[in-house]
Amino acid sequence: MSTKSALNADNISVKFGGLVAVDDVSFDIPENSVISLIGPNGAGKTTFFNVLTGLYKPTSGTVTFDGKDITAKPPHKIAQAGVARTFQNIRLFGLMTAEENVMVAMHSHLKSGVLSTILGTRKQRAEEAESKKIARELLEFVGIGGTADKFARNLSYGDQRRLEVARALALQPKVLLLDEPTAGMNPQESKVFVDFVYRVRDEKNLGILLIEHDMSVVMKVSERITVLDRGQKIAEGTPAEIKSDKRVIEAYLGKSAESGK
Amino acid sequence: MKISLPRIRKSKAPKKPVSGFDQAKWIRGFSIAAIAIWIFYSFIVDVLPYEVSSIFQKWMPATTVNEALVWVICALGLNIVVGYAGLLDLGFVAFWAIGGYVAGWLMSDFFQQVSIHLGSTAPAEQRGIHISFWGVLVIGGLVAAVFGVIIGAPTLRLKSDYLALVTLGFGEIIPQIFYNGENIGGFNLTNGSKGIAPVDNVGLFGKTLGPFDLDWKYLIFVSLTALMVFISLRIRSGRLGRAWLAIREDELAASMMGVPLMRSKLAAYAIGAVSGGVGGVAFATHVNGVFADRFSFSISIILLAMVVLGGMGNVWGVIVGALTIAWVNATGLPAIGDTFNSTFGTKINFPSYNFLLFGGILIFMMLYKREGMLPESRLKELMHETDDETSDVGKH
Repeated sequence: MSTKSALNADNISVKFGGLVAVDDVSFDIPENSVISLIGPNGAGKTTFFNVLTGLYKPTSGTVTFDGKDITAKPPHKIAQAGVARTFQNIRLFGLMTAEENVMVAMHSHLKSGVLSTILGTRKQRAEEAESKKIARELLEFVGIGGTADKFARNLSYGDQRRLEVARALALQPKVLLLDEPTAGMNPQESKVFVDFVYRVRDEKNLGILLIEHDMSVVMKVSERITVLDRGQKIAEGTPAEIKSDKRVIEAYLGKSAESGK
Repeated sequence: MKISLPRIRKSKAPKKPVSGFDQAKWIRGFSIAAIAIWIFYSFIVDVLPYEVSSIFQKWMPATTVNEALVWVICALGLNIVVGYAGLLDLGFVAFWAIGGYVAGWLMSDFFQQVSIHLGSTAPAEQRGIHISFWGVLVIGGLVAAVFGVIIGAPTLRLKSDYLALVTLGFGEIIPQIFYNGENIGGFNLTNGSKGIAPVDNVGLFGKTLGPFDLDWKYLIFVSLTALMVFISLRIRSGRLGRAWLAIREDELAASMMGVPLMRSKLAAYAIGAVSGGVGGVAFATHVNGVFADRFSFSISIILLAMVVLGGMGNVWGVIVGALTIAWVNATGLPAIGDTFNSTFGTKINFPSYNFLLFGGILIFMMLYKREGMLPESRLKELMHETDDETSDVGKH
């Protein structure tokens, strides 16, 4: 596990009126690692996610990525800088093909402007062909190579999840945020997904942050786990440490841990 | 897209989504259809027996064809905004008016203070600004694009219904400025309700096209239409087109994938506005002047109806929609009314019921054929989902 930090959140607080959704949470995603963010429903996980990706502005605190402050940047700038994400409830471009979905995420890496597109210059055509090739490779990489020409909305649920990852990878990110990627998967599919996450981390050299409810996945895949409860960070450590942390058991794992999970 | 214009696509939808389009094929089809119509109106109508040619004079006069093409050009522009990027714009008439007034200012003797001639057909001793029609086309498009950005920059931050309302406001404001612009601090900018007329004749290969040279103007208009189709299709298949589609599908997800929302939307607005401006210049030469009261709110609505009726996002659908409605509006309704009245001895004023008809058509379309006459293949997928398609969405 590399210790160099890719994304760093410092003392993040988010308040919605009187409600404190995230309370003074600091967080670090090292390069080439998988870390998880867990917590009961309403703990502020997704809110925290949305701060990292620029959807919400934190009330206080800073987000640093690659040594640069990205706190107040608009979402597309943060995405271009190299923070990619997937969504808890899949948000693909339904009426675009899988290939087009991936190519949309390459938007910021492509250079051709309006005029060269209208004229169809050799450079523009070469760039399009190249991006098509990369898109197909990414689809191949996530294991849905055969679906390139299908509309995203017509893919199976598992394939849609994979397509979301492929689309995020097209941004060439340094950090990948996965928001409940195994939601709705059966244990068999989840298991396959764990291996998939490792493969993504190693081959793309990414820092991966996972929000997950499925404890078997979290415990297996994470190098470090951070636990949020009611907006506050109540614990942080390796899976083994988290399993035996009293506050975590109280707040969250308690029942399922005792019932033998 | 593997469709050539004159053939209407078979109703069977291609199962495989189409990427790109067969360029050589549509250009060939389009050219053949365009030239056939030109030959017909320039040579054949005149030699036909009177009984036959009078039918054409009544049901499809050349001037209607030309006007319909202007509508097509503007509708193609609106299609970029509404159909491609999914931004509901109820004020598109603003760009049409801007294009029209650019033509009025730069192609007439309106500004008596100066005498500028630039490749124009106007006699050299005439005062005013006289710039070649072709130059004015470019300028009109650019000015409209600039206004597109100016109007778009504050409004495009709004979403759906709110955007529609604000664009509606701008669509009213700009024609009103033209309507009341005869005394801006003592300066007569627009000549108010009297409008600016006549505009200069169009120069084409050394010929001077007056108001009645409909067949040559037809060639110009149909070429402009082809150009707009070409631009629409090319942009759609490129990087920006994909970004628009993504924004139409899911704005938030698009921004999270690095698509700059404001910039992409502004581009859609500006490129659509170019079409509106070009259409405005063309229209000014078609009616030989600009008249403020022509740029009413109803034009925005009619344009939107053309896009919706034809099939949002599909240029061929939009062309069919625009030609149909423009024809009904200019010739179809009056001609049908005449025939009806003379047959049944009634005195119904059919043209005054045009909005009843359009409203009826729109309601009918929304109820039974929401994707339009020639829908975009993607939308067809959405609107006519068969059971086996729905069943594997959300399968766990």
